[in-house]
Amino acid sequence: MVLNLTSEDWTAIILSLRIASVATAVTLPFGIAVALLLARKDFWGKALVDAVIYLPLVLPPVVTGYLLLITLGRRAPVGAFLADHFGIVFSFRWTGAVISCGVMAFPLMVRAIRLSIEAIDRRLEDAASTLGANRFWAFATITLPLALPGIVAGAMLAFARALGEFGATITFVSNIPGETQTISAAIYTLTQVPGGDAAALDLVIVAVLISVAALMASEWLARRAIARMHGI
Amino acid sequence: MLTVDIEKRLGDFALAASFNSEGVTALYGPSGSGKTSIVNMIAGLMKPDRGRIALDDLVLLDRSARINVPAAKRRIGYVFQEGRLFPHMSVKRNLDYGRWMGEHAADPAAFAHVIDLLDIGHLLDRRPGKLSGGERQRVAVGRALLMKPRLLLLDEPLASLDTGRKNEIFPYLERLRDEAKVPMIYVSHDAAEVKRIASRVVRVEGGKVTATGGMELLSQAVMPRAGGASSP
Repeated sequence: MVLNLTSEDWTAIILSLRIASVATAVTLPFGIAVALLLARKDFWGKALVDAVIYLPLVLPPVVTGYLLLITLGRRAPVGAFLADHFGIVFSFRWTGAVISCGVMAFPLMVRAIRLSIEAIDRRLEDAASTLGANRFWAFATITLPLALPGIVAGAMLAFARALGEFGATITFVSNIPGETQTISAAIYTLTQVPGGDAAALDLVIVAVLISVAALMASEWLARRAIARMHGI
Repeated sequence: MLTVDIEKRLGDFALAASFNSEGVTALYGPSGSGKTSIVNMIAGLMKPDRGRIALDDLVLLDRSARINVPAAKRRIGYVFQEGRLFPHMSVKRNLDYGRWMGEHAADPAAFAHVIDLLDIGHLLDRRPGKLSGGERQRVAVGRALLMKPRLLLLDEPLASLDTGRKNEIFPYLERLRDEAKVPMIYVSHDAAEVKRIASRVVRVEGGKVTATGGMELLSQAVMPRAGGASSP
């Protein structure tokens, strides 16, 4: 079977990959920091922070997109401030899609990383500190490498989630070919036209292929990380 | 000389220890008597509520003067009951960890000496997961020695080993005592072990130091869990 992809299809595919990659890369440091905070620290209001982070997982994506629109939109308070003072505009831009995908993917990423950090024996860090490692180095040389399988899994989950994101993105930044039209949005657009479902099939196949590849890559990376850890 | 005079409350358990240590001193007493908590406070992994710890002229902790040297800066070697080798590093990396964190220049002579002393040269490329219990503890001793500690804490280093393994590793500990000339605190509940390795005995029962002296303390029966305190 040969895929018959139009240049519009390619634009959507490349844009999707770009948005999902950037969203994953940008959220990863925050994901690690928040996972570490939730796994290791008890603080006042932790339950609330926990709930807010997991909210996008349970809210209808359209609601999350709407909330982004009324905070980061061009005329919304935060959005207007960023646009006036820094010239940063998210609405109807691919960077806005990065934001919505990042927000939607964040809970999955945090959860995977948090579980892997919680599984690490904290006493190893005590051992590191008696050997002269301050807190930063103990984290960098012990905790971080031991949490690597969870970090890889979290990043891949986030990437897959970002790739499939539709509701929040279309609500926040609309469906503009070449700017915010991802694979999902392109499929949706094609199916709205009579007879367009045949053209959509090619994109559907591409979406399946990318998802399977991402899943296999994450399995492979996680297995390698675990093997490295046990010295095989 | 190490001088310790500390108090710490751990739930219902009150710990109060005051003693001096020179050469090889055994902290001897039943399990749950607070020996590990005492060495944790010497290492800087636990903070006493009150008191003072000094090593020769160097004050490591003085609550009333608000001095508390962090564990990473104390340069006190610690051999834990369960070894606590870093599972994601080779034996060689584990041995080098203290030098790496302390940013000391490589000292091949010292490295060769410790390797030879503990007979661990053939293990360097292995991961801790592939070591036997006895090998693991020898590497743990080597790791603590190679940071060139001012003092070496050994917390029941043989407790996780069966009798055969204990007899196998003991000669190494005796060589360490005779050749390395590092002052040591040896924690144990086993009179036979203490008799073989230590020159002084500090008896700990129910969170208190009940006697200090020589080997004659070993022949007196140790009260089981004085005061019926629960073990912390």
